Amino acid sequence: MTMQSTDIASYNFAYLDEQTKRMIRRAILKGIAIPGYQVPFASREMPMPYGWGTGGVQVTASIIGPDDVLKVIDQGADDTTNAVSIRAFFRKVANVAVTTETASATIIQTRHRIPEYPLQAGQTLVYQVPIPEPLRFLEPRETETRKMHALEEYGLMHVKLYEDIARHGRIATTYAYPVKVEGRYVMDPSPTPKFDNPKMHMSPALQLFGAGREKRIYAIPPFTEVVSLDFEDHPFEVQTFDQPCALCGAENVYLDEVILDDKGGYMFVCSDTDHCEKRQADGHRGYLAPEAMEPAE
Amino acid sequence: MYVAVKGGDAAISNAHRLLADRRRGDRSVPALHIDQIVEQLALGVDRVMAEGSLYDRELAALAIAQSRGDLIEAVFLVRAYRTTLPRFGYTNPIDTGAMLVERRVSATYKDLPGGQLLGPTFDYTHRLLDPGIAAGSPVDEPEQREAEEGRMPRVSEILAHEGLIEGDGDMPQDHVTGDLTREPLDFPIERDLRLQALARGDEGFLLALGYSTQRGYGRNHPFVGEVRIGEVELELDVPELPFAVPLGRIRVTECQMVTQFKGSAKVPPQFTRGYGLVFGQSERKAMSMSLCDRALRAREFGEDVVAPAQDEEFVISHSDNVQATGFVEHLKLPHYVDFQAELDLIRRMRAEHDARENRFERQEAAE
Amino acid sequence: MTDEPLLRVNALSKYYGARLGCEDVSFDLWPGEVLAVVGESGSGKTTLLNCLSTRLTPSSGGVSYRMRDGSWRDLYRMSEAERRFLMRTDWGFVHQNPADGLRMTVSAGANVGERLMAVGDRHYGNIRSTAIDWLSRVEIGEDRIDDEPRSFSGGMRQRLQIARNLVTGPRLVFMDEPTGGLDVSVQARLLDLLRGLVTDLGLAAIVVTHDLAVARLLSQRMMVMKDGHVVEAGLTDRVLDDPRAPYTQLLVSSILQV
Repeated sequence: MTMQSTDIASYNFAYLDEQTKRMIRRAILKGIAIPGYQVPFASREMPMPYGWGTGGVQVTASIIGPDDVLKVIDQGADDTTNAVSIRAFFRKVANVAVTTETASATIIQTRHRIPEYPLQAGQTLVYQVPIPEPLRFLEPRETETRKMHALEEYGLMHVKLYEDIARHGRIATTYAYPVKVEGRYVMDPSPTPKFDNPKMHMSPALQLFGAGREKRIYAIPPFTEVVSLDFEDHPFEVQTFDQPCALCGAENVYLDEVILDDKGGYMFVCSDTDHCEKRQADGHRGYLAPEAMEPAE
Repeated sequence: MYVAVKGGDAAISNAHRLLADRRRGDRSVPALHIDQIVEQLALGVDRVMAEGSLYDRELAALAIAQSRGDLIEAVFLVRAYRTTLPRFGYTNPIDTGAMLVERRVSATYKDLPGGQLLGPTFDYTHRLLDPGIAAGSPVDEPEQREAEEGRMPRVSEILAHEGLIEGDGDMPQDHVTGDLTREPLDFPIERDLRLQALARGDEGFLLALGYSTQRGYGRNHPFVGEVRIGEVELELDVPELPFAVPLGRIRVTECQMVTQFKGSAKVPPQFTRGYGLVFGQSERKAMSMSLCDRALRAREFGEDVVAPAQDEEFVISHSDNVQATGFVEHLKLPHYVDFQAELDLIRRMRAEHDARENRFERQEAAE
Repeated sequence: MTDEPLLRVNALSKYYGARLGCEDVSFDLWPGEVLAVVGESGSGKTTLLNCLSTRLTPSSGGVSYRMRDGSWRDLYRMSEAERRFLMRTDWGFVHQNPADGLRMTVSAGANVGERLMAVGDRHYGNIRSTAIDWLSRVEIGEDRIDDEPRSFSGGMRQRLQIARNLVTGPRLVFMDEPTGGLDVSVQARLLDLLRGLVTDLGLAAIVVTHDLAVARLLSQRMMVMKDGHVVEAGLTDRVLDDPRAPYTQLLVSSILQV
């Protein structure tokens, strides 16, 4: 255990005290043992606001060790302000190595995306979750949703999808798209776009979900079946983009729309900034890419 | 050619530097001292201590200064500090009957043992702005007298002699008093956890809910049995010692709201109670809390749960302002990945809609 | 028809503290049989219905139900999961106020389709065509399938609630004053529809009503309740034409003959 102390206050390695970490690890282990089940845990008040990743931060703080290499992304990017802030927090309280490179990270904390680079065995993906309950907007009461999970009463979930098709001709859920884990629990994958849902299925990496304000932890162990809910005649499908990334030319990746001017001009670029930079470094070019890359720092 | 904007680190650090500058304001105006805040903005300090659930005037005052007077932000600072503190133990329940009372009023009796004590109250002040304060006029010393010896009995104790009011209530046999900062809430919850949540709940939220019960949304005919403000002794049981160790004194506000209950087959008619207890001086909060406490006991008394204030999951899940502000304000974090997904969907649906319309028009034209 | 009843009720009693809800009620219900439970408000008929449908736990007595596989099960010993499954497959419950039995904010189609989805139907097209079929059987036009019940009249809502209950082909339906809040002309049409459906589908039903006309039109057998007790039971025509208990005589004479 490393202690970092200053004149004013001293904090334990990775901020949380060891008792708290133990409590959170127990919740994580329980979550791994029952894939997709939301384990209540005594979420702590963190030095960042509720709703800003306190659940993910607590999970990361409980599993991180001095040898870990941490990557933090928000919207797929390492340089979004909240990702920068969380990365800085762990650099400060745990003094761990940080990276933007997906492949070399041991722990990746994320909000709203799963990296494009396929995760490997030994890596852990930690999701920040705002509302863990997939049934919440169908049934606001915890007492009732708990019963529905216990009795596997998920008909209401399909009612929602039915209504989408009846109204819009298709399932109109684009993110936080509900999945069924290992044939049992219906789970909210957090507000990642449904584009990323297939990446959760049979992933060699461990996936942990932390909801701080709602005080829930859940998990998908490696090589677990994760199936997006759908109808036989309206099967689940992911978003497709009509054009490749304007910078690296990548196809079949999730793209952000970047506004170029105030006349309606826009382009599409990779949401996963690390992936995009890697591809450009490897010589891939999109139609708006700089001609030559500057040498890596 | 397009170059993505980088530099989150620098942007954040510059923003925080600007924040520090704005917090300090005009350098020619003397900086606030923490003790000025403790002494002269005492009720703000009390609110931060209450909702931050940490009794420490200096820290609360520091938090107020650091948050530029944003009290919810100050509560948040105190909470984030509190959570890192080791827990040595739990004190014995405080005895508000032994309170060194500074203010005590009862609306249910004209006079009662111990008397009505107005104390430092805004009540009966005329809300006229006082230029004297701006001018820094001297303030007279207050009138003082010796505190009376002995306990000042609580109104609930007085009514209890005749059996007219319910007792303090019992928890189920093997019930261990919970700690909502250490265990996740599991609805439905018992009154101990409810009171804890209310005690740290947002004053404005509880005020509005309490008010709603008076206007008929879960009405329970309240009377202020008593409100008292003063200092109580804190004591801790230490296993090695045969007596409780006094730790010091804290100031609290207690409200006992006496409310109606007609009785049932098993229980003769008697008054029920709503309870409020808050760090520092805050009658508004203690009274609102006691109204909400009583409303939330609807299930216990077999009353219909029909109003928001009676709905435990609704009230307790939304009373915490640190949670609420975090989640409301998180909406300003980037959500562009999800927005992109919605954008894409709405474009496709519009295109399909237009295609349908065009087909329809062509058909009409052809006919 | 089999030679075994569907439901066996044995000495069922329910007390609310010291107050009596219903006491010592026993009867058998046969497949395809409609039983009316008649009484004024406070007679215990709704308490009885809620106990039978496991929405309330009785203070004493038992109810057994013959499952589709022919086995007998004690309703109050079933797990909640089994009971809920039974309630959404083999049973129906028609509330007096349709809003209590419908999802008012989802379309009529989804209201009918919900039970199908709850038991694992995953084909949108099939669910929808089944919903259309059921809506037409309760005389609701196909063009209303995507409308929310909020936009429906009281009679339509009640018919939708009935369709929602019958879509899984239940064998037993509980009805609590099914025509209660409706205009007289709408009542007549609904009763006619209900009678047709019950006969066509061979449904067993327990109908609680204060309206003897409903009992006359729908039921083969009836029970008259007063102050928590069954004061008279028998074939409907017999009870209504030749009432024996003084209370039943009073009840029958106090209304217009139907």
